[in-house]
Amino acid sequence: MKKLLALVLTLAMVTAMFAVGASAEAGTMKIGMSGPLTGGAAVYGTAVARAAQIAVDEVNALGGLQFELNCQDDEHDAEKAVSAYNTLKDWGMQMMCGTVTTKPCLAVGPEANEDRIFMVTPSASASDVAYTGDNVFQICFIDPAQGKISAEVIAEKSLGSKIGIIYDSSDVYSTGILDSFTEEAETLGLEIVCTEAFTSDTKADLTTQVTKCKESGADLVFLPIYYTEASQILTTASKIGYAPLFFGVDGMDGILDVENFDTSLAEGLHMLTPFAADAKDERTAAFVAKYKELYNEVPNQFAADAYDVIWAMYQAATAAGLTGAESNEDICAAMIEQFTSMTYDGITGMGMTWDEDGFVSKAGNVVKIQDGAYVSVE
Amino acid sequence: MNILQYLINGISIGSVYAIIALGYTMVYGIAKMLNFAHGDVIMVGAYICYCVTVYLGLPVLAGVLLSMVVCTVLGITIEGLAYKPLRGTPSLAVLITAIGVSYFLQNAAQLIWSSNPKSFTSIVSNMKPLHLFGSLTITGEVIVTVAVSVVIMIGLTWFTSSTRIGKSMRAVSEDRDAAQLMGINVNRTISITFAIGSALAAVAGVLMCSSIPVLMPTTGSMPGIRAFTAAVFGGIGSIPGAMLGGILLGIIETFAKAYLSTQFSDAIVFGVLIIILLVKPAGLLGKQVQEKV
Repeated sequence: MKKLLALVLTLAMVTAMFAVGASAEAGTMKIGMSGPLTGGAAVYGTAVARAAQIAVDEVNALGGLQFELNCQDDEHDAEKAVSAYNTLKDWGMQMMCGTVTTKPCLAVGPEANEDRIFMVTPSASASDVAYTGDNVFQICFIDPAQGKISAEVIAEKSLGSKIGIIYDSSDVYSTGILDSFTEEAETLGLEIVCTEAFTSDTKADLTTQVTKCKESGADLVFLPIYYTEASQILTTASKIGYAPLFFGVDGMDGILDVENFDTSLAEGLHMLTPFAADAKDERTAAFVAKYKELYNEVPNQFAADAYDVIWAMYQAATAAGLTGAESNEDICAAMIEQFTSMTYDGITGMGMTWDEDGFVSKAGNVVKIQDGAYVSVE
Repeated sequence: MNILQYLINGISIGSVYAIIALGYTMVYGIAKMLNFAHGDVIMVGAYICYCVTVYLGLPVLAGVLLSMVVCTVLGITIEGLAYKPLRGTPSLAVLITAIGVSYFLQNAAQLIWSSNPKSFTSIVSNMKPLHLFGSLTITGEVIVTVAVSVVIMIGLTWFTSSTRIGKSMRAVSEDRDAAQLMGINVNRTISITFAIGSALAAVAGVLMCSSIPVLMPTTGSMPGIRAFTAAVFGGIGSIPGAMLGGILLGIIETFAKAYLSTQFSDAIVFGVLIIILLVKPAGLLGKQVQEKV
């Protein structure tokens, strides 16, 4: 009996020691994600949710700090995003990977700032997003940066001499890119021959805008808009026999997935994206292979951004020695310190650094669509 | 040459507005109600045609006919379930119901077809665009849309003036109580009006999505509101008025975008409408009705 008791006690002690050791090294952190899993922007949210899960699985397989992921649908709607955020908070979220799109992020950011929940958005790219709080960081370029880099790329590779623009004047994402694009284009001496707008109310018919670009003789049309309207513009252009070089930004990502869309119309379309699925480096290749295996699809840029969010969070959390047992205020403070001082090498760019506002700095990359797939433009 | 091109584009989008406006104007003329769910019936029509042609692989004609049948049944069902029980109640109650039906249809479509955009294949995709005088382009969609709207316009005018049902529709529109006293089945007449309006909505949906290829559950709502504006502009209750209003609205919209500003096009379009309605409050072809005292 004594022996048995001794054995039990010893076992208990070992377990206790192990448990203490485990909680110091391998605690669990709850990460919330919110994005459009249904609705017009569902392509983005779904990609983020899937890729974040892949990254979380990889992190957990390392055996150290464990991540637990919970994904909520916000339908790219500010109000729904706030309720998704509250759902996640009730669940016990300690850090947030989100939100995926800009408008919801502007609504959720101040809430997260008040609750001191550390937040990294994979893809909400308006510059206002990072300003919503010192705890809000971006892994993607801000919109103005996209406009500026697009102009630089167009000038550098001399993709077009006369530039037409069609943008959504009712969308902060679109106008933000437009402003920095026009500014940079002026500096670089690019000629903008027409700037046409539509709004969420007038986007039903874009024939006039496309016709005006054609009449103005633009040989490159810059489209700082989302893929839904872009698919409409490509179809209209082909109908009226207009074939300039179309140049989009990250909102264009997803155009090949529009149901029943004739992807041959998108042939030759250029877009600015920090991620090229055909890149040769080992990590990208492994991620793309894993994503393809699980979801039978080539991951888009949003997926890659989300993958980087989780890994950047992991790098910062382990560097700060976090275990998940801390209060979210402490986690937030430690993560902010790490993010503003560390350098992260991801699949959407090497040597990423963040400034105090939460803006990222990394290199840009242009892809074009060839035979229905993204190919890097050399 | 530009002006001709924009005129053609304007007439094309205007014809779509006109066909939708016919549905608003007929229902208003006869049932004295604004059927705000009309725009969403258009969307359902387009989805049915999409499913039939893309998923089932049937020819376009089958898609159009089937979507007309489904929309007709849908129109009669909506009228029977949502509007008929409210006949005789204040018109505001029916108006709110119509808005409710509109949301119901949008959300149902979201459940059935998801809200991911679908790219609608044009029904005249194998017709080559005509190139006139070098720079002028007339697409197959434009020709078909304009032709169909003219045929519908002539057909409806003939229908309301020469057939028994058409005459009873006009009678109900003129004076519902008197028509009932004369032995006209008012309920049946209203149902038939909804059936015709919804079948037209299906045609409008297919034509609209042929020239504007993005199909989503909210596809019908903005064109629906524009077409309603067109119906008021032309004189609500008047069939030629809806036609004229629709085409003029399309042309004004296109010209505003082309020559003034794409940024302010809506403000310009609705500004013009306000001025016209100030001068002619009943709309272009509307009848000035004396209030009965």
